[in-house]
Amino acid sequence: MKYDEIRRQAMAEWTALENSSKPRILIGTGTCGRASGALAVLETIEKELSKRKLEATVIQVGCIGLCYVEPLVDIIKPNRPRICYGSVTPEIMVKLIEDYIVNDNPHPELALGIVGEGIVEGIPNLFDLPMLKPQVRIALRNCGHIDPENISHYIARGGYSGLDRALKMSANEVIAEVKKSGLKGRGGAGFSTGIKWELCQKAPGKEKYLICNADEGDPGAFMNRLLLEGDPNSVLEGMVIGAHAIGATQGYIYCRAEKPLSIVRLRVALKQATELGLIGQNILDTGFNFPIEIREGAGAFVCGEETALMLSIEGKRGMPRPRPPFPAVSGLWGKPTNINNVETWGDISAIFQKDADWYAGFGTSVSKGTKTFALAGKVERTGLIEVPLGTSLRRIIFDIGGGIPNGKTFKAIQTGGPSGGCLPASLLDLPVDYENLTKAGSIMGSGGMIVADSGTCMVDLAKYFLTFTQAESCGKCVPCREGTMQMLQILTDITEGKGKLEDLDLLQDLAQGIKSGSLCALGGGAPNPALTTMKYFRDEYEAHIKEKRCPAGVCKALIQYYIDPEKCQGCLICMRNCPTNAIKGDKRMIHIIDPEKCIRCGVCAEVCPARFDAVAKSSGVQPETPKELIPVGSWKKA
Amino acid sequence: MTDILAQFTKERANLVPILQKVQEKDGYISPEAVKEIGGYLGITGNDIYSVASFYAQFRFERQGKHTIKVCQGTACHVRGGHQLLEAVERELCLPSGRSTTDDYQFTLERVACFGSCALAPVMVVDSNVFGKVSIAQAKKLISQYREK
Repeated sequence: MKYDEIRRQAMAEWTALENSSKPRILIGTGTCGRASGALAVLETIEKELSKRKLEATVIQVGCIGLCYVEPLVDIIKPNRPRICYGSVTPEIMVKLIEDYIVNDNPHPELALGIVGEGIVEGIPNLFDLPMLKPQVRIALRNCGHIDPENISHYIARGGYSGLDRALKMSANEVIAEVKKSGLKGRGGAGFSTGIKWELCQKAPGKEKYLICNADEGDPGAFMNRLLLEGDPNSVLEGMVIGAHAIGATQGYIYCRAEKPLSIVRLRVALKQATELGLIGQNILDTGFNFPIEIREGAGAFVCGEETALMLSIEGKRGMPRPRPPFPAVSGLWGKPTNINNVETWGDISAIFQKDADWYAGFGTSVSKGTKTFALAGKVERTGLIEVPLGTSLRRIIFDIGGGIPNGKTFKAIQTGGPSGGCLPASLLDLPVDYENLTKAGSIMGSGGMIVADSGTCMVDLAKYFLTFTQAESCGKCVPCREGTMQMLQILTDITEGKGKLEDLDLLQDLAQGIKSGSLCALGGGAPNPALTTMKYFRDEYEAHIKEKRCPAGVCKALIQYYIDPEKCQGCLICMRNCPTNAIKGDKRMIHIIDPEKCIRCGVCAEVCPARFDAVAKSSGVQPETPKELIPVGSWKKA
Repeated sequence: MTDILAQFTKERANLVPILQKVQEKDGYISPEAVKEIGGYLGITGNDIYSVASFYAQFRFERQGKHTIKVCQGTACHVRGGHQLLEAVERELCLPSGRSTTDDYQFTLERVACFGSCALAPVMVVDSNVFGKVSIAQAKKLISQYREK
């Protein structure tokens, strides 16, 4: 079938939906939505509709990235604007169906915003909200707006028109267009996508492979998951465009098994696109063949590294090998192979649906376009965002993210995952692009951003990342296998108060050795969290070493939980919940924690009623507390 | 087992997908399964173990009825994911090094990241994802699943 015919059919379906006299309910059922209870809301919708004998079209959409107000439900009544509601519970859902769908009260107080055209008094435009206003959505253009399991929705919004356009161009013209867009690989290394394709295209060989790297394994990263769950076809379209440019004969998507919904959605999209002749044999009647297969990862972080990933597809242990030869020349089964990240493929389809100049109009002079970031940790509005490259960290954390919750202060932002670094407040005005982040000692990585506040210990965070990289090191090369182990040991000693000042020099030495001697980026980047925290937060390391004190109150061996005798109301809750019976107390008597029995699990702090807030932590100083049980209100400081 | 093998050609590249299917069915990779896969693909048991043990996904022992995964990703870490893991270990009475309870009710896994970082800390029981889990909630969830 020709594209125009496919598009005509999809538009007919889409227009019928838009002009339908039935109300539409869109509900975000991505993984984040589900974790917040979206499936219970969906059940409520279906129950209520059938109970009231109401006709409505319920569409499960992907996630728009506002994870902090999930579950999200949008309601579109005929001839009314689309209203988005956040933090929807089954109770709220019943209310919205009763009051808005049956009657006509849109409940502005429950609404987040209006999507698209139209005005309802008391409801702002969704994209004017502080979290969304600075964003530019290119890779995420369809997420939250379409049914990811219905390819017609994607096509109606311009989907596969990029492929149609690319197939009418020569391979060289396609590559020239990609080069013109300035797109760099979104997996982290930031290598020019156009040049990468050209290398593979020029490599001799009849059989060539093309891979989509969806092995998103960085802890703290969920950009690829969201895109695959919300708009899998944009990635598939990008792959077919790439295959045409390179002359690839077979495609693979290597997807992380821990993201099962991505795999489900990909399978559905792949099946539908194949049925329409957009993937597989004789694509769009041009005679071009390109089948795609999905491979599930099996839980090895190192398989995100391209040479390891390819060995894994071959059914072997996923251990990286030295380069050259680069995959463009000798990759999967020794054949020329091009491998790009999920987001890169999503950007490619967007570039071809519009054009390269439009894309290059976003970003800075050297880093073009937009980038998605997973914003999480100690930040008010967590979620998935997409901003033009060059946006400052301050804008991301404070304007989009809404700053730090619970009245705490910003301490650092960790970018780039386990190979990245921690940047301090003095660098908040840094424009985020590949060049600036590298200069500051961190990396762009795939786009994870974790915010740390005054309650996060930077030594502990460095230890956390080393624990991760050490466990995930494949063991093939010595600097990574042994070096990360030694660094972890030293960091553990420091967090336990057994560190020496010379250890900091030793860490530096080890870090340099690991960086220059490791075979792949997992080892090469492993020292970065430790290096950047030592550079920007040396005082915290010194406090652990010299004063045996953890300023953030995190490192277990250096802290003590105690009950503030001025705040304790003698309610017994902490005492009952303590797993080791370390708390002594009685009704209306000030409770006391026995530091010998306490295992610093933090349960008492969690269960102490917020209005009392009586459980505190101290480090380096002995807290003043009663020795014996005394009545509430009778405590006097010595 | 024969049904699973019949879905695949006898190519080495199918080893990981076959292991995944077998584990999906049995919950773990048994020595008998390794023998059969080896016979089918024409590779040795050693070869299969060398690949299977490389990947964190594969288990070689009988698993509990329910699987609890506590996320140890970065966002979960800074929001108390490790304390949550320790609390679950205590609740299940699992000494360190053990992952399955004596009554085979639960298997506990630590997972590097589920990608639901915005809802940290995250815990997954079977295939249900729970976000912003407190220690008290985790205890409640475990007792709910224990009854099921």
